[in-house]
Amino acid sequence: MSNLIKLNNGVASVVEDDWTLVQLPATQVEERKQAGKVVLFKLTGETTVTDAQIADTAIPATGKIILPLSVFIARNDEIKARIAQGEVGVWLATHELLENLTQHQADLNALPIIAIFVERFADGRIFSLGNLLRTRFGFKNELRAFGDVLRDQLYFLKRSGFTSYLVRADRSAQEAIASLSDFTKPYQGAVDEPRPVFKRYNRGA
Amino acid sequence: MYKYDEIDQQIVDERVAQYRDQTRRYLAGELSEDEFRPLRLQNGLYIQRQAPMLRIAVPYGMLSSAQLRKLGDISKKYDKGYGHFSTRQNLQLNWPKLEDVPEILADLATVEMHAIQTSGNCIRNITTDQFVGVAPDEVIDPRAIAEIMRQWSTFHPEFALLPRKFKIAVSGTKNDRALVQAHDIGLEFYRDSNNQVAIKVWVGGGLGRTPILGTVIREHLEWQHALTYCEAIIRVYNLHGRRDNIYKARIKILVKALGIDEFRKQVDAEWAHIKDTENTISEAELARVAQHFDVMPYENVPAHDAGFDAAVASNPAFAAWVKRCVHPHKQTGYRAVTLSLKPHGQAPGDISSEQMWTVADLADQYSFGELRSSHEQNLILADVKLSDLFALWEKARANGLASPNIGLLTDIICCPGGDFCSLANAKSIPIAKAIQMQFDNLDYLHDIGEMELNISGCMNACGHHHVGHIGILGVDKDGSEWYQVTIGGKQGNDASIGTVIGPSFSADEMPGVVQKLIEVYIQERTPEERFIDTVRRLGVAPFKAHVYAKNEVAA
Repeated sequence: MSNLIKLNNGVASVVEDDWTLVQLPATQVEERKQAGKVVLFKLTGETTVTDAQIADTAIPATGKIILPLSVFIARNDEIKARIAQGEVGVWLATHELLENLTQHQADLNALPIIAIFVERFADGRIFSLGNLLRTRFGFKNELRAFGDVLRDQLYFLKRSGFTSYLVRADRSAQEAIASLSDFTKPYQGAVDEPRPVFKRYNRGA
Repeated sequence: MYKYDEIDQQIVDERVAQYRDQTRRYLAGELSEDEFRPLRLQNGLYIQRQAPMLRIAVPYGMLSSAQLRKLGDISKKYDKGYGHFSTRQNLQLNWPKLEDVPEILADLATVEMHAIQTSGNCIRNITTDQFVGVAPDEVIDPRAIAEIMRQWSTFHPEFALLPRKFKIAVSGTKNDRALVQAHDIGLEFYRDSNNQVAIKVWVGGGLGRTPILGTVIREHLEWQHALTYCEAIIRVYNLHGRRDNIYKARIKILVKALGIDEFRKQVDAEWAHIKDTENTISEAELARVAQHFDVMPYENVPAHDAGFDAAVASNPAFAAWVKRCVHPHKQTGYRAVTLSLKPHGQAPGDISSEQMWTVADLADQYSFGELRSSHEQNLILADVKLSDLFALWEKARANGLASPNIGLLTDIICCPGGDFCSLANAKSIPIAKAIQMQFDNLDYLHDIGEMELNISGCMNACGHHHVGHIGILGVDKDGSEWYQVTIGGKQGNDASIGTVIGPSFSADEMPGVVQKLIEVYIQERTPEERFIDTVRRLGVAPFKAHVYAKNEVAA
């Protein structure tokens, strides 16, 4: 059973996923502590992927694939033809820099999908990344959130430009759909509706 | 004040439904503790020592009498018959049941109130000067922009989960009373050389564990750009603020780490892209919101009132109250009045349901049905005629709301502390009460004069101890409660962070320590010199010497 919600002309439904998400091979990560507490979030711009991980990543030979940004950059020569055929998407983690993607892929719309991995739902960087991909870098295709994606963040993700949401496996995507429409008339302009409420409605004198 | 239209009402109603469902899912085990925490916090609900605490938003401190009456009803029905005004102008309930909160929110929504974003890592309630709109030194009434910013920040999708909490203060007066330098963003409104409304933008101030006064990031911002410029600041913060260490996650740490010039460069680069986009405030929207804050329908009354003058001359108790609790007003023949929530021996900022109902009635009778809360944790009737002051005083006094101690030593700013708050290292309310009792002589209090004494139960500094002329901070040493004392802090345009005088004290010692600080001041002061000025002139040394002097009396 798929746990992927997709917006189609503003209508959300649970759909089958025709993309294969390519993961980096796991490495031994040592626990970091600050002020006696385990560090939960990676710093923006921090390098977290090793050359060995990139080299060892298994890229499926066929089908539609979403590659980690680091692999997409370092092994771009291997996948050039498949990019041209629209078989390759890219995913970034919330601490990775969009500039690294745009420097290597000037035309983002050659990618049918960009996905953002949110390791912890409380990491609100994902919203700014979505906003920038849409408003700054002009990305028009599917923008997906995956990882610790829970229903109470869906409304914000939608407003930040995300159009598909892979809900965490232990939660019901079908039930989560309701939260996409928690609010009918939001105050501020955002990606899905750039005009603030005072430019959409005549609120009278 | 601002009145909801259908759109505003629909948003708070939808919020009630959303939160009701979130609570249901939590109680049904569909949301874990960790997942529910940010949801309830963004609705102002903390899980505390004895019970949950619910923080209700009072946007920029403005309340109608109907709202305060409803708060009285709610605190009676769902709590123990009282509430607590916080240092950010909000109202806190100390004993609600978690299961009752959706009902409380539904009740609040009937009077255009809510608890949205009163906690959590998001944009919090925007605060301002309690004398906004009536202060003689006001240049711009910033409430319309504050309301526009309240709406913009409500469920802002991009800034729903920031690295840490984010506090904005606005001020439009010559003398800052809104602590703009102690906020993540402080907006200081003024008229520029073309007589246009402009904003001086401060960034990166804050108290807490690392007290830092803000820095000016932009001297001149046209009001139309208030939203987009704040978006640029908060976007840079959202992307680059530290999330790896909760103690270094506020924007002030990012600003210090980058330096203000580099931070400004990044903000300007961001702003260049979003300036003049749709969130730019239109003249029409400003006009629509501003009309809600039009001047009150004042009567044409003379600058003097014979009855008032006679009462001051003949009634020393009334005269003392007028001296401390009555404030100048833009409008001839009117005054602003502070109703003290600091009677000696009670928790600062606490107010009973009955008192809320009384104050609502007083507001209806004497002040156009509106009132304000202050960050000093008192209530203000902003528009009272001179000729009504005596009658108002008698009623306020009969209800324990007329302590003539505003701006004096016993007008203590104090967080809930270890009696209620699970973050606290030490109790703060008993310290406040003990100091109030130590200085329970009004003549002595008035002789000491202007004094701000602020108490926080931990380094999160909700009691603003860093900017108290005397600041008291609860600390934990080997599991017992101690108190560290600072002097020389100050709010306002010439804000400063206090200096620690030395090793900390036990609770029993605290009234005596304050007494000794006052003794040095009384001995050293020049005529008309305030405590804070004496500290600034002499430095900490003489105060320290007296407080820590060994008992010099021979045995």
